[in-house]
Amino acid sequence: MLWVIAIMVMLTVVAAAGALALSNMVSAARADVSGSATLQIVEPDPQQRAAQAEAAQGVLAADRAVAGFRAVPEEEIAELLEPWLGTGENSEAVPLPAIIDVEMRSGVQNADYERLETALQEVAPDARIDAQSEWLAPVLSALSALKWMAFALIALLASVSAAAVWLASRNALGGNRATVEIVHLLGGSDDQIARIFQRSILIDAAVGGLLGFVAGILIISSLAAQFAALQSGMVAGGSLSAIDWLSIALVPLFAVGIAVYTARMTVLSSLRKSL
Amino acid sequence: MAAQIPLQNDSDFRSTGPSETEIVHFDNVGLRYGTDREVLSNISFTLFSSRFYFLTGASGAGKTSLLKLLYLAQRPSRGGIRMFGRDVITLPRDKLPAFRRRMGVVFQDFRLVDHLSAFDNVALPLRVSGVREADLREPVSDMLEWVGLAHRAEARPATLSGGEQQRVAIARAVIGRPEILIADEPTGNVDPEMAVKLMRLFEALNRLGTTVVVATHDVHLLRKVPESLIMRLSKGMLADPTGALRYPPRREGIRGAAG
Repeated sequence: MLWVIAIMVMLTVVAAAGALALSNMVSAARADVSGSATLQIVEPDPQQRAAQAEAAQGVLAADRAVAGFRAVPEEEIAELLEPWLGTGENSEAVPLPAIIDVEMRSGVQNADYERLETALQEVAPDARIDAQSEWLAPVLSALSALKWMAFALIALLASVSAAAVWLASRNALGGNRATVEIVHLLGGSDDQIARIFQRSILIDAAVGGLLGFVAGILIISSLAAQFAALQSGMVAGGSLSAIDWLSIALVPLFAVGIAVYTARMTVLSSLRKSL
Repeated sequence: MAAQIPLQNDSDFRSTGPSETEIVHFDNVGLRYGTDREVLSNISFTLFSSRFYFLTGASGAGKTSLLKLLYLAQRPSRGGIRMFGRDVITLPRDKLPAFRRRMGVVFQDFRLVDHLSAFDNVALPLRVSGVREADLREPVSDMLEWVGLAHRAEARPATLSGGEQQRVAIARAVIGRPEILIADEPTGNVDPEMAVKLMRLFEALNRLGTTVVVATHDVHLLRKVPESLIMRLSKGMLADPTGALRYPPRREGIRGAAG
């Protein structure tokens, strides 16, 4: 029983950390991209591109839904694309788009984007504005699904743990049938007999829970170090807060609670069948 | 000479005198296991406080079944049972432990807990009753001394002889000073000398006020306790207590003997 609980707690700790990290990651990413948009002007002619960018900035400055904007310098764009395009001097051969980061006011609606797009089309026909939340939506949706899967996994692990304790309690009860019967006949109440089994399960669950918790924390730490090495902004958003760590620390306590409660209910329901 | 057992009907109960307190009353009790025929039929009797009863009958007569009803390990199929003034048939099962604590039972197969020492086996009823560890050391040691097993206090049941196990079982049954002691064939596994010793133990307990019920098929045992009352089971029926199995054999009726 001890090792079953240890493994269950370890898996639950890892699943809980994963669920919380994904939840934080999704929240942080949503907060980062909400109200952010990217305006691109894809025009091979540099002069035309610059003119359209200039005109687009005029439209942005005049629109009430726009909180601010920043034209991304060409050097910065080249640096961003360097891993794919290399450091060649012939920017003419592969023309880069003009990019303007746009910060929308809070509560921005689709209608605001549509109005802005219409206004931009008049002065900069090659401009295209994309809300970042739109192109990140499938990624965030996938991360959100993973988060809920992790929470479902925690519920499943809790159910499996309870089932394991139920089986173990029934086996223990069967193995000690003679002793239980004699204690019963000597005047032992159901509650007294249940407490004997609870105490036994409590010790197993406490030791198993502690071992599983330590193992789980080691796995989380190892995974955290590997993800941190990615140096990704999105992954950094998945770091765990103090409340998250406290929640994870409660996992073994919940495991002990579930185990003891399940053992008690199993023994009591079995004893009720006797006189 | 064995005394008469008050049995069967109210007029019989009157013969016991007003000073005696009813401990157990069976009223037309029947017991069947599953859908089989009744192993006990129409059992009616009353046990009074501070009396010594023998329950006799051949093997298979239903003695153990009757004792199971007495120590509340079994509910009857029909009839009524009153114990310590309460109807135990309709009693909720969570109230039964309190009744069981007022009894001491010596099982035919001892039923000692294998993984506990003799001391812990004897201490079990006290622990079940919630007696603190500090308060049970002395009475348990005294009880082991009384049954001559003080030197075997730490021994596990498997290392004890049959007679020693029997004495541990008896010590466990009487440690809580029960109001009624029920013993199923307590001398079945011991030599005659030990059987006499055990009977002396039961008599001593009876003198202290405990009602004693001993089930045995050994008719020679009856003569060891001259003041005892005898119930005889035959084919699941409680036979006339003045029958031939009583010692010494008597033919007069129950009222005559009581008078």
